Amino acid sequence: MVVSVMGKTNRRGWAAKLAALGFAGLLVASCGGGSSEDGSTDGGASPDNGGATATQDSGGGASGDPIKVGSILDMTGGYSGYGLPMEAAARLAVEDINANGGVLGRPLDLLSADAQSDVAVYTQEARGFATDDDVAVVIGGISSASREAMRPVFTSAQKLYIYPTLYEGGVCDKNTIVTGPTPSQQMEPLLRWAAEQEGLKKWYVLAADYNYGQIAAKWTQVYAEEFGAEIVGGPTFFDLSVNNFSSEIPAIQASGADLIVSLLVGADQDNFYKQWASAGLNQTTTIVSPVFGFGSEQVTVGPAAEGIVAAWPYVAEVESAENNAFKAAWEAAGIKEAITPSAEAVWNAWHLWAAAANAAGSVDRDAVIATMESGSVEYVGPGGTLKIDPGSHHAIQPMYLVRADGSGKWEVIEQLTPSADPLYEQSVCDLVANPDINQQFEP
Amino acid sequence: MEIGQGLSYLVGGLTSISVLILLSLGLAIIFGLRGIINLAHGEFVMLGAYLTLQFFRWNIPIVIGILLSAAVMFVFGLIVERLLIRRLYGRPEAIMLVTWGLGLILIQSVTIIFGPTTEGVPIPFGSFFVGNFSISIYSLILIACAIASFAVIFVLLKKTSLGLRARAVARSEPMSSSLGVNTRRVDAGIFAAGAAVTGATGGLLAPFIGISPQMGGTFIAESFMVVIVGGANFLLGLPLAALLLGGVQFSFASFTAPFFGQLALLLMAMIIIRFRPNGIAPETSRR
Repeated sequence: MVVSVMGKTNRRGWAAKLAALGFAGLLVASCGGGSSEDGSTDGGASPDNGGATATQDSGGGASGDPIKVGSILDMTGGYSGYGLPMEAAARLAVEDINANGGVLGRPLDLLSADAQSDVAVYTQEARGFATDDDVAVVIGGISSASREAMRPVFTSAQKLYIYPTLYEGGVCDKNTIVTGPTPSQQMEPLLRWAAEQEGLKKWYVLAADYNYGQIAAKWTQVYAEEFGAEIVGGPTFFDLSVNNFSSEIPAIQASGADLIVSLLVGADQDNFYKQWASAGLNQTTTIVSPVFGFGSEQVTVGPAAEGIVAAWPYVAEVESAENNAFKAAWEAAGIKEAITPSAEAVWNAWHLWAAAANAAGSVDRDAVIATMESGSVEYVGPGGTLKIDPGSHHAIQPMYLVRADGSGKWEVIEQLTPSADPLYEQSVCDLVANPDINQQFEP
Repeated sequence: MEIGQGLSYLVGGLTSISVLILLSLGLAIIFGLRGIINLAHGEFVMLGAYLTLQFFRWNIPIVIGILLSAAVMFVFGLIVERLLIRRLYGRPEAIMLVTWGLGLILIQSVTIIFGPTTEGVPIPFGSFFVGNFSISIYSLILIACAIASFAVIFVLLKKTSLGLRARAVARSEPMSSSLGVNTRRVDAGIFAAGAAVTGATGGLLAPFIGISPQMGGTFIAESFMVVIVGGANFLLGLPLAALLLGGVQFSFASFTAPFFGQLALLLMAMIIIRFRPNGIAPETSRR
C-alpha cells in the first residue's frame, strides 16, 4: 500500500512537480497564518478548544493539501485479532479529526499498512514510511518485537513514532511517544489491590516466555516484596504456543497459592483459564492479570473468565459522554470486532498527536515533540483524560480496576484517582534534561 | 505426597498423552496406510473444532455435535480425496504441496467466516475433589476417548473385512486390485476415515484447547513427531510413541519448567529416530 502511493508520486512527472511547487508556496503562507492564530489560543490547549478553533479555520483551509500520516498494524495472521480493532480505531480517529477541522485546517490522509503478523514486514513498512518525507507521524506496532523492529528505523530517520500498545515499560527515546500503559501504571495498582484483600498473600506467577512476560514477572517480584506478599510458585514461563496446562495445574494446587498472577499472552495461552476453571479451581483461587482483556479475553474465554481481575485505562463499560460518543461512532461504522483497550489507546494516540500539532502550529517533528514536552497537551478520551508526561514521553492516563463477570462484560471495581503516572519511566527517563538517552530500562 | 496430589499429576500426565494420541490418530491412519503426508492435518483439527462450535451455537448437545463434526469431516475428506489427492498417489512431494495450500485456504476461509478470534465452547461436566486436589471430569473424558477411539480403529482394522481390505491395499495396491478389491474406494475411505477421526479430535479438544483459525499450526509438529516415532505399524507404534514422548514431556515440564519439557520431547524423538530410523514399530514385511 505504502509502496504504491510512493510509486504514484514518482510517476507524476515534472509538470506535477511544478504544481507541487505552487502548493508549497501556498503551504508556507498558510502555515505562517496558522501559527500566529494558534499562538493566540495558546491558553486553551485542550483538544476540545483546539477542535473548535480548527473548525472556524476549516471554512478556508480544511480542503487544503492533506497531511500524510502512517499506521502499521497486523490486519492478517496470528495478531489480527488484536490488530483489526486497532486499525478500525485509527480510521475512526482520523475521520473524527478530519470532521473537526483536521490538523492546522488540513485533513489527514491515513496510509494504513498491514504488517501481516510478521516482524520483517514491520521493518519493511517502517522503512517505507521513514523515507517518505511527506509522512508526518507513524502510529502502530503491537508486540514489543514489532516496536523494537521499527523504533530504530524511525529514530535514525527522525520520523516521529507513537506506540499505542500495553507493554513491559522502560522505553526512553526522544523520537518515541507511548500511549499504552506500562507495568507501573497497570501492575502496581492491580497487585496493590490484590495485596490489600483478605487472604491473597500467597502468589503463583505464570508468564509468557518472551520479553513482556519476563520483564512483567520481574515486576511481580518487585511488587510482591513492596506489598508484603509471598511468591510461593513460579514464575513459570510458557512458550507462546503452549495450550495444554495439565502439567502446571497440579503444581499450582500443591503450592497452596491463593492468588495467580497471570502474565499469559495470546489465544493459545488463554486456554489456561478454561482448564483451570474446568478443575473447579476458579472457585477457590483468585486470578489477576494485567493482560487479560487485551484480545477481548473476557468474551472469548467465556464463563471461565468469571472473577478474573484486571487493570485497564479503558473498558467499554466506562460511563462517560466521550465513551458513549466513541461507542456510537464504532457502531455506526459497522465494525464487527469488539472495542479493545488497545483500540482506545490508538484513538487517543491520534487525537493526542493532532492536539499537539495544532498547539504547535506545525506537524514538524521537533515542534510537535517540543509541544508534548511542554506538558500542555491533553486529551479527554473515552476512558478519561490523558496527558503526555514531558520527561518520559509516556501517557499519564486513567486506570480502572475491573472484574470479569463471566458473561463477556467487565464490572468496574474502582477508578484510580486522579490517574496513573508512569512512575518507573519517570524515575529513570528524563528526555527533557537528557535528550540523547535512547534505551529500554529494566527493573 | 498425598494421594490427591499423586492422582492429580497422574490425570494431568495421562491427559497430555491422550491429547497426543487423539491428535495423531487421524494422521497415522492416512500416513500409515497410504503414505500420504497431509500438511493440512492441523487445519482438519481446526475445522472439526469450528464445526463443533457451530453445532454448539445451534444448541446441539456437545457429544452429538462432535459426532456430527466427524460425519461432516468424513464427507469433506471424500471430497478432498476425489478432487486433490486421487491424481497424486505415489507423488508424496506433490501431495505435501497440495495439502499445505489447502491448509492456507482453510485458515483464511475460516478467518473470513468466523473472524480472527471467537468465543469458544465452555468445558462441560465440572470437577471433583480428592483430598485437597481438584480434578477436571473433562480430563478423564479425554483419556477415555483416546482409549476408545484407538480401540475402535484397532477393531475396525484387525477384525472387519473393511479393515482387511484397507490393510491389503496398504501392503500392495496392484495385488489387491488384481484380487478384486476396489482400491479407489478403499483409498477414498481411508482418507475420509482419517479426516473424520481428526475432525472428531478437533471437536473433543475445542473446549479444552480453544478455537482459533491458526490453532492447527501448534498441533502439526507434535502430531507428525508422534506418527514418525511410532512407525508405519501405528496400531502398535502410536500408543507407545505417545506414551514415551508425552510422558517425558509431562515429567520434565512438571518437575523442572515447561521449556525443558519441550526440549526433552525433541531430544527423546531424536534419540529414538537415531536408533530406530523407521520408528518404534516399522511395518517389517512391507517391502
